Amino acid sequence: MSSDALVIQTGEAAGQPWVATLHEWVTTVDHKRLGVLYILYALFFLVIGGIEATIIRIQLMHPHNDFVSPQVFNRMFTMHGTTMIFFVAMPILFGFGNYLVPLMIGARDMAFPRLNAFSFWLTAFGGLLLYFSLLGGNGLYGAGNAPDVGWWAYAPLASRAFSPGHSSDYWTIALLASGFGSIATAINIIVTIVSMRCPGMTLSRMPLLAWMNLVMSGMVLLAISPLSAAQLMLLVDRYLGGHFFDTQAGGSATLWMHFFWIFGHPEVYVLIIPCFAFASEIIPVFSRKPIFGYPVMVGATVCIAFVSMSVWAHHMFTIGMSSYANSFFTITTMAVGVPTGIKIFNWLGTMWGGKIQFRTPMLFCVGFLFQFLIAGLTGIMLASSPFDWQLGGSYFVVAHFHYVIVGGILFALFGAFYYWYPKITGRMLSEGLGKLHFWLFLIGFHLTFDLMHIPGLLGMPRRIYTYEPGRGWDTLNFLVTIGAFVQGIATLVFVANLVISYFKGKKAGNDPWDAWTLEWSVSSPPPEYNFASIPRVSSRRPLWDLKHPEDPDSRYE
Amino acid sequence: MSTIATPLPEGPLAWKLPYGGKVGMACLIIAESAIFTIFVVAYLFYIGKSLSGPTPREVLETPIFYTICLLSSSLTVHFAGKFLERGSRAAFLVLWLLTIVLGGLFLYGTGQEWHRLIYEHGLTISTNLFGTTYYSLVGLHAFHVTAGLTMLTIVLVFGLAGRVGPEQSARVDVLSLYWHFVDAVWVVVFSVVYVLGR
Repeated sequence: MSSDALVIQTGEAAGQPWVATLHEWVTTVDHKRLGVLYILYALFFLVIGGIEATIIRIQLMHPHNDFVSPQVFNRMFTMHGTTMIFFVAMPILFGFGNYLVPLMIGARDMAFPRLNAFSFWLTAFGGLLLYFSLLGGNGLYGAGNAPDVGWWAYAPLASRAFSPGHSSDYWTIALLASGFGSIATAINIIVTIVSMRCPGMTLSRMPLLAWMNLVMSGMVLLAISPLSAAQLMLLVDRYLGGHFFDTQAGGSATLWMHFFWIFGHPEVYVLIIPCFAFASEIIPVFSRKPIFGYPVMVGATVCIAFVSMSVWAHHMFTIGMSSYANSFFTITTMAVGVPTGIKIFNWLGTMWGGKIQFRTPMLFCVGFLFQFLIAGLTGIMLASSPFDWQLGGSYFVVAHFHYVIVGGILFALFGAFYYWYPKITGRMLSEGLGKLHFWLFLIGFHLTFDLMHIPGLLGMPRRIYTYEPGRGWDTLNFLVTIGAFVQGIATLVFVANLVISYFKGKKAGNDPWDAWTLEWSVSSPPPEYNFASIPRVSSRRPLWDLKHPEDPDSRYE
Repeated sequence: MSTIATPLPEGPLAWKLPYGGKVGMACLIIAESAIFTIFVVAYLFYIGKSLSGPTPREVLETPIFYTICLLSSSLTVHFAGKFLERGSRAAFLVLWLLTIVLGGLFLYGTGQEWHRLIYEHGLTISTNLFGTTYYSLVGLHAFHVTAGLTMLTIVLVFGLAGRVGPEQSARVDVLSLYWHFVDAVWVVVFSVVYVLGR
């Protein structure tokens, strides 16, 4: 029986030289260590991307500001977008997926551990390559350095003629490398879930986090690959003199837009579905109720994945498509709202009548729930093509998608940090600092992104480096910048909490939240092999069954 | 306290899930199909949009022989796997070698066609849209053939060293799945480039 006491060897504590520890981390193929590496790597880039955002906001604080030059401003918004999507959001979600999926399905590691390490290092290499453009993008003789073509790199802006030097190439190759890493990780997650579930864990008993990571990985296969293909075409154009996106030789700039957004829109769901997964694990535990409507949750996730593959051109209403295309993409985009709405009702249904405990993870999840709803509603507004003709390319759009990414994704992620930090490190994060973090961030977030909608409605275009005074944008932009600083301070509180709690936090024990999924059955941090003997499950909540033998879930299945 | 794992019931042995290698290859094939789809769409979108010659109708010749080579290599790799499963190693090696030869012939055919297009018709990747889309699509496929041939050759080397037996049959099947995919892609590329494109 696995009830034999398993004493965990803590290698580092045994006075190992730091070089040996470093060597262990660099050569590791353990899914938990790779997960932690992904998360740390993403947090590092989160700070860099945050600094870039701050520079953008300082420049826009008041009219005719000259904090940075227009050229630097272009580089900042390009690098900010690229960094946040490809080197913060993707790796941090893959990190959590890597760490949690095997633990939650009762497996000892991912299906292909070495491929897993390879994916991480590819992603890491991609990020370094992107920032190497600051040095290598012809920086030495001053003909432009970091990429400045926007994170969409629309043709012909990204062609040789308009983007001389190598900065765009660093962008292309960085995304290509990290894209291959993402595809490999997605394959790994799918195979792990399909082929390595512990006995008894049928698909209908799998934790929702595993289900949603499965769907997300499937979407990565279908969404990242088109981006890689388009990047290859861009390289052919830039290096071999091809004409894919060269309008002077009959090529089409619109084709790049299609290819980019065939990746770009599903990507939003690739990022948000793992966050749905966090909410679906955290909300039931802190409502002391099983998730409401499990099969419908799974169905809605799969449905979102399907529909989101056919909505991409709603990013392109303003380029002038046929009225049939406009109608089609308006309808499909609005249709995504249906399964998403089902999910929101299911989370509310889970909380309804529960004994809700407002611990920090739950606070962030409740914030996520309501902010994501508002983000979805502005999304429905923009899905209507006539409305989009008016506001496409304005700050309204910027406010909308930051509401999704910060208000939705980042809030759920913070919740996940507070929820699983005890499992990863063995120590609780401080509740006091956590609540301070939550409220500060909430205030900063709403100050920035609620107000940002208004200059958009008043006609302020995105990506301008400065603006004329007296258009009604001045005070709003000033307040938006103040909000950005409040968010920055809140993030510092979070980082301080991570560091202080690592050394001084309360010991967590195996199961600090009285939760129900398998990862809480092992010690914190889990041993290298996860499970001494592979467990067997007979319901969706194996730990509930264990704690309540008189009334197990399996009786009702 | 935190060092003790909570005891859970242990698993029975009767629990069978799909073989990971096959699932992984299926996923890779899905991802690769998406990449090829984008290149095929670009090819179809740009048919007849070149502003200057040469056009596909003027210069392309249908590579019937080499297509037969590639497609029949799917059969040989399939039966090679079957023989391995049954334990007849010699038959496996012969058919495996035949697969490599057929794949090699196909690559030679592509090389010859490119040589003719470049030296006789002056069509390069930068000549016109046809050149750009043609060389990228056919080149992407040829790259996959090359990757497949490399892996087939590695297995052949191990096979000649006597290290491939029936116990590796499941792994060999994973590789042959990839090779079938490369062939299936050629059917699409062939229809698009040599049938629709002209």
